[in-house]
Amino acid sequence: MVDKIVIENLSLQYSDGTESLRNVSMGIRQNAVTVLFGPAGGGKSTLLRCLNRLNDLTEVKASSGQILIDGENILDPKVDVVALRRKVGMVFARPVPLPMSIRENVIYGLELAGEKRKSKLDEAVERSLKLAAIWDEVKDRLDDPAVALSGGQQQRVCLARVLALQPEIILLDEPTSGLDPISTGKVEAALLELKKEYTVILVPHSVQQAARTADYAAFFLTGELIEYDDGRKMFTAPKQRKTEDYIMGRFG
Amino acid sequence: MEKSLSFREFIITRLIQTSGYSAVLFVLLIFFFLLREGLPTISEVDTSSLMGVRWYPIESYFGILPLITGSLIVTLGAALIAVPFGIGTAVYISEIAPRWMREILKPLVELLGGLPSVVLGFLGILVVSPYLRVFLDLPTGLTAFTGSLLLGGIAVPTVVSVAEDALDAVPRAYREGAWALGATNWQTIWRVTLPAAKSGVLTAIMLGVGRAIGETMTVMMVTGNAPVLAIKLGSLFSPVRTMTATIAAEMGEVANGSTHYHVLFFIGMVLFLISLIVNVIASTVVFRAKKRAERILS
Amino acid sequence: MMKLFARNRHTVQRIGFSLITLMAVVTVLPIVGTVIFILFKGGSAVSWEFLTGFPHDGMRAGGILPAIIGTLYLTIGTAIFSVPLGIAAAIYLAEYAKENRLTRLIRLAIINLAGIPSVVYGLFGLGLFVLFLQFGTSILAASLTLSIMTLPVIISTAEESLRSVPQSFRTVSISLGATRWQTIRRIVLKEALPGILTGVILGLERAAGETAPILFTGAAFFLPRLPGSPFDATMALPYHLFVISTQVPEMPIQIQYGTALVLLVFVLTMNVVATVIRSRARARRQW
Repeated sequence: MVDKIVIENLSLQYSDGTESLRNVSMGIRQNAVTVLFGPAGGGKSTLLRCLNRLNDLTEVKASSGQILIDGENILDPKVDVVALRRKVGMVFARPVPLPMSIRENVIYGLELAGEKRKSKLDEAVERSLKLAAIWDEVKDRLDDPAVALSGGQQQRVCLARVLALQPEIILLDEPTSGLDPISTGKVEAALLELKKEYTVILVPHSVQQAARTADYAAFFLTGELIEYDDGRKMFTAPKQRKTEDYIMGRFG
Repeated sequence: MEKSLSFREFIITRLIQTSGYSAVLFVLLIFFFLLREGLPTISEVDTSSLMGVRWYPIESYFGILPLITGSLIVTLGAALIAVPFGIGTAVYISEIAPRWMREILKPLVELLGGLPSVVLGFLGILVVSPYLRVFLDLPTGLTAFTGSLLLGGIAVPTVVSVAEDALDAVPRAYREGAWALGATNWQTIWRVTLPAAKSGVLTAIMLGVGRAIGETMTVMMVTGNAPVLAIKLGSLFSPVRTMTATIAAEMGEVANGSTHYHVLFFIGMVLFLISLIVNVIASTVVFRAKKRAERILS
Repeated sequence: MMKLFARNRHTVQRIGFSLITLMAVVTVLPIVGTVIFILFKGGSAVSWEFLTGFPHDGMRAGGILPAIIGTLYLTIGTAIFSVPLGIAAAIYLAEYAKENRLTRLIRLAIINLAGIPSVVYGLFGLGLFVLFLQFGTSILAASLTLSIMTLPVIISTAEESLRSVPQSFRTVSISLGATRWQTIRRIVLKEALPGILTGVILGLERAAGETAPILFTGAAFFLPRLPGSPFDATMALPYHLFVISTQVPEMPIQIQYGTALVLLVFVLTMNVVATVIRSRARARRQW
C-alpha cells in the first residue's frame, strides 16, 4: 500500500522558541488512524498544523524538509493553500462553533468553496451530521445557534463541518480533551467509521485513547520522532526505552 | 474562479493596507500645508517683532507673545481644575463607586466629552460669566479664569477616561496584597493603586492638557479676546486671547497670501508642534511603562 | 493605643472617601445641570415652525432649518469619507499589521491626529481642500476636513472591537478553506459590528458638534436657501449658535436657547444610541 502522506526531514522552529520539530521523517497510510502521541511540547500539534499549512498564521523562524501529499510537496510556496485546507480538514482541541446556526456552521466551508445550490447544501448537512453521529440530536433544530449545544455536541458539529467539505485527510488535535466520557466514546466511534473513507491523523488526549484508536502510532519527544510502528505493537511491546517509560506512565 | 478570487483578495488587501498607512500620510500632509502657508512668516516679519508683546495686525504688529501667554494661563488654570477633579472622579469610578453607580457615571462623563464646545461657550457667555462678574466683583466676566473653568470641564473627560483605564489595569493582586497586610481601602488607593498606575495617570494629565490647549470655540467666546501679555497672577481675572481663538477669529477676515494670513498659519504650526510633542511624550511614557511591566512579568 | 490608631485610620478613610465622592459629584452635576438647563430654557422656543422655517429679520426671527439640514449634510459627508477609510485602517492594524517599526509609526500618527487642535484642522482644510484643490468654501471641503479629524476615533474604537473577537474564530475559518479577507468579512466584521458602530457614531457625534474645523472650510453665516450641491457652502448648527450668540446684536435669547437645544438633542441622540448599541451587544455576546 502506498503512503498517502510522506514527510521527509521536516524541521521547524517557532520565532518565540516554544515548540519545534527536528528532522522528522515518516509515511502516513491511507484509510487508517495514525496517532501522534507524547508529552506536551513534543511537536505533535506543530506537525499537524504543518499538514494543512495552518502554521502560516504563526511566526516561524526556520523550516526545512518537505511534506508530500499524493506526491505533491505542500510546503512549496506556490501551493494553493485554500485548496489544500479543503482537502486536509482539521478539528481542534476546544470545540469552536462559529457564531452562527448549526446549519450555517456545517455549510460554511462549502459556501466559501462556491457551492450555492440549496439541494446540494442540504444534502451535505444531512450526510456530514450523520457521519459525525450527531444528526439525530440536532435534526430538528438546525437553525438554532451552534453555541447553544453541549460541548460534546459542539465538537461533533465541528467534525461534521470538516466532513461537509469531503476532505481526504482529517486532522484531530486532542478533539476530546474537554469532553465527558460518553461524548468521547461517541467521537471515537465516529473516528472508526471515518477511517473507512478517510486518512485520519489524531493527537489523542491520553495514552489510553491512543491505544484504543491507533492503527499506527508515532511517539514524539521534544520535537523528535522516537518510535513509529503498528499501533498494537507499540502499546504492547515498544522497542524504545523512552516510549516504554512514557506508556507506563513513568514520565510525562 | 480561483484565479479571480485570489485577484480580488489581492486588491482588497492592498486597499486595506493603503488605508492603514493613511494616518501617517495625513499627519505629513497637515504638517506640509502648515509649513507651506506658515513659513513665509519668517521672511515677512522680523523675529524681534514676532517675539514682541504687541498683537495688532492692522498696523502690522505681529507679536505672538501675548497669544502664547494667553494660551498658557488659560490652560494652566484649566489643568489646575481638570487634574484633581479628573483624577478624583477616576478614583471614585474605579475604586469606590458601587457597580450601578459606575454604570451611570461612565456614560455621563463620556457625554460631557461629547458636548459641543460651542454649547459650553454659549452657556459661558450667558450664565457663567455674569455670575463670575458679580461674584468676584470684576469689570467683565469674560476673563481667562472663565475660560479655565469651562476648559477644565472640557479636559475632565479625557483625564477621567485615560486615568480610569490606568487604574483599572492595576492587577487585583496588588490591592489584595495591601489588604492582607492590613491596609485600609484608602491607604491601598493612595499607596498602592495610584502609584502603580502612575504612568497612565501622567498620560491622562498630558492628554487633558493637550486637549485644553487646543480648544478653540469655548475659549474664543468667553475669554474676552484681549491680546495683552498675561504674566501677572491678576491676568487670570482679566480678558486674554489664546492662539487658537486668534486663528479662529481672524482667519475669516484676512486676504489669502497676506502677511497676516501667513502669521496665522505660523501660529497653527506652533500649535501643531505643541500637540505633537505632548502626544509623543505621552505615548512614549505609556510604551516605556508597558515594556517595564513586561520585563517584570517575564 | 492600638484601638486609637485603628479608629484614626478609618477616620482618614472616611474623610478621604467623602472628599473623592464630592469631587465626582462636582464633576458630574454640571453635566446633568447643563443638559437640563438647556432643555428647560430652550424648550419653549422649539416649535414646528422653528424646526422647519428659514431665518429672517437678520436671523432674529424665524426657524433654523438650513442649519439643521447643513449639519445633517456635513455629518453624512463626513461619514462617507471617514467610515470606510477608518474601518479599513482598523482592519489593517488589527488583522494584517505585524508589530514592527512601521506599525508603531502608524499608531503614533493616529495618536497625533487625535491630539491636533480642531482649529488647526480648519487651517489644514483651508490650505489643502479649499485653496490648493480649489473645492472652495464648500460642504465637500468641510466634510473632508471633519473626516480626517474623526478618523482617529473611528480607527481606535474599531480596532479595539476587532481585536476582541476571539482568535479561534479566525483559525477555524482559515482551516475550513477561507481566505483572510473572507474570514474578516464573514466572521470578524460581523462580530465586531456593534463595537465599530459605537465608535463610528461617537466619532460622527464629535464632527457634528464641531465649529472650528468648518469655520474657514464650509460654514456660511447666512443662506437664504438650502445648499444645492457639495460645492456650496452651508449653514450648520454649531456655527449658527456661535454666530447668533456672539455676532448678532439684540438677538432674542429664546432663539439662542432653542438653537442650543436642537444642537444638544442632535448630539445627545447620537451619544445615547451609541451607548445603547454598546451595552446591548455586551449583554448579548456569547463569547
